[in-house]
Amino acid sequence: MDYYTEKIRELSAALLKDEKVDLVIGFKQGTIPMATSPHVARTPEQAQQFIWNNNCSINLTNYLTNRKEKIGIIAKGCDCRNIVTHIIENKINREQLHIIGVPCKGMIDKTKVASFFNEEITSYSEIDESIVIKTLSDEKNIAKKDILKANCMTCLHRNPVIYDDLAADLVEEQEIEDQFADVRKIEEMTADEKWNHFENLLKNCIRCYACRNACPLCYCPTCFVDESGPQWVGKGQDATDVRTFHYLRAYHCAGRCTDCGACVEACPMDINVRDFTRKLNKDSFEMFGWEAGLDQNKRPPLDVYSPDDPDDFIK
Amino acid sequence: MKFITIDKKDWAKGIEKSRKTYQLFGPVKDENGFLIKSLEHDILPDMDYYDSVMSAKSILFPQTEKMLCATLDESKKDHHIMKKAEIDYSPRAVVGIRPYDAKAIMLVNLNFDTDEYRDPYWCDAYEATTFVGLGINKPGPFDFSTSTGTGPFGEEGLDVLLADLDDKYLAKVLTNKGEVFMNACEFKTQADEKESQALFDILRKEAEKNIASHIDTAKLKEKTILELHEAPFWDDIAFSCINCGTCTYVCPTCWCFDIQDEVKQKDSVRLRIWDTCMSSLFTRHATGHNPRETKVQRVRQRFMHKLKYFLDKYDQGIMCVGCGRCVKSCPVNIDIREVCTTMNSYEKQD
Repeated sequence: MDYYTEKIRELSAALLKDEKVDLVIGFKQGTIPMATSPHVARTPEQAQQFIWNNNCSINLTNYLTNRKEKIGIIAKGCDCRNIVTHIIENKINREQLHIIGVPCKGMIDKTKVASFFNEEITSYSEIDESIVIKTLSDEKNIAKKDILKANCMTCLHRNPVIYDDLAADLVEEQEIEDQFADVRKIEEMTADEKWNHFENLLKNCIRCYACRNACPLCYCPTCFVDESGPQWVGKGQDATDVRTFHYLRAYHCAGRCTDCGACVEACPMDINVRDFTRKLNKDSFEMFGWEAGLDQNKRPPLDVYSPDDPDDFIK
Repeated sequence: MKFITIDKKDWAKGIEKSRKTYQLFGPVKDENGFLIKSLEHDILPDMDYYDSVMSAKSILFPQTEKMLCATLDESKKDHHIMKKAEIDYSPRAVVGIRPYDAKAIMLVNLNFDTDEYRDPYWCDAYEATTFVGLGINKPGPFDFSTSTGTGPFGEEGLDVLLADLDDKYLAKVLTNKGEVFMNACEFKTQADEKESQALFDILRKEAEKNIASHIDTAKLKEKTILELHEAPFWDDIAFSCINCGTCTYVCPTCWCFDIQDEVKQKDSVRLRIWDTCMSSLFTRHATGHNPRETKVQRVRQRFMHKLKYFLDKYDQGIMCVGCGRCVKSCPVNIDIREVCTTMNSYEKQD
């Protein structure tokens, strides 16, 4: 990963020095173990703070929305797919961007790491494909493959789909036998089991909206839950209101979600928010052969009408 | 000061006995981690917990709380008349609360219980509650509570402070409320005062030694509000912020709330609901004007409130107890310790 960091710093500094961009958006080291923080560099010196490691899970496309400058951005596979979606949805112009693509072998899941210990983690380091974690009284060497984020385990687009530079050589894409095994498991449940599954998922939701705000798709100037004149949704912990938020948000992401996992990453309560969006991704794929964010010249299935639509009801 | 020894073998039995007179709250583990919740039936507080995403403030100040109720049924004589909601203020105890969370409740008291105003919901709940703290033998890396006037064995706001001594708890009974709770548990084995205090001192010193994280707040007071408000660093601090409410909701000292009226058929309720200064809705006027329209303004507000306005208004230190929850839970790792250092060391350039 040090090689990635060096290359990212070098490419970013050059872009800024040559005034090809006004700023570069990437990650800097966090202040606690397993944390990184989105960082903006406006000078070559500030670009020296950029880092790359297995904790760069947040989707940086979130920081592009409606910006007017020329921007360099560090983007892994899923970030790139959201950049494509942003371009399609007119949230940024391709010409404004210089994309430093990062071929990615997956990010790690902090909750999975924490589950190996009964105390707080005090230090984190990476050696090749393994992670060394220390707590006050323990130390473990954990293989990266055992603590990958769930969305990274089923990722089919680790390589940037759109880029101007690469921070490293392209990586081999994964072959996944059943990309939607998790969704199938829920599909097989009875109605009651499904209901309970989702109720249980939401029981600790505090409505902080970290999932929404970390999501590059959620850029509505006023989200429906924030409509106040008149108000659309109650703001308290009433189960109906909590459900309404999550279900509607998920549907608003249908055919747009790249399964980047930023929602899960951001949730302070460790709610597997992807359980709401995954079924919609599966449907998009099975009904329309659609995976979001792969081609900036194709309209998403839910915002286009085609005269040769296979369904009769729409003709 | 009275000290009581509790053999861990007797712990569960004692806690069960207290249920006759107390509703109990405490740390419980579920699939989303440790939470401070109501301890139903035979659930015991999980005294081995090492962190909880949410603090204990919800015990006194629930995220959603019914304040007033009214019926809209016009056949009833008292229709459309708001009446105080029925809330159970019988004795309750929070068992295993962190010392810094108890200190946080004292800070929130400064706002909800003043000479001018008394928030009845908070104050009634506060009076009904006994706080049984658990000293932190091994503070985690996020804990900077010794810099904020509390610490792993801080006593402020507690009625009893427990020290975990492997096979037993040593309880320091700090108030009359604490004594009543210990009696309800029938924990009666008194320990020698001098020896026990010496033991507490050793545990406290050992635990404090493990705290590696510190902040300096000494110079915040002498700076003017405008100096800090107009400082050039806010854009940088706010860049990564996604404006979610995580920091405010996990914070044990954030007390802001919204008031909402809801109606279901003929029943009307007035609720108070945690609000967050990170949301643009927090300050949006009915006219549509918003005095804190941008993210930078909102981020600045949160830190200025915690580290400057509160300090100036109450002269009781900063509005932070050093629990580190916001540091740990922030999706983009905005660290109040760094912000505090930046503010504290800022010198205006002429």
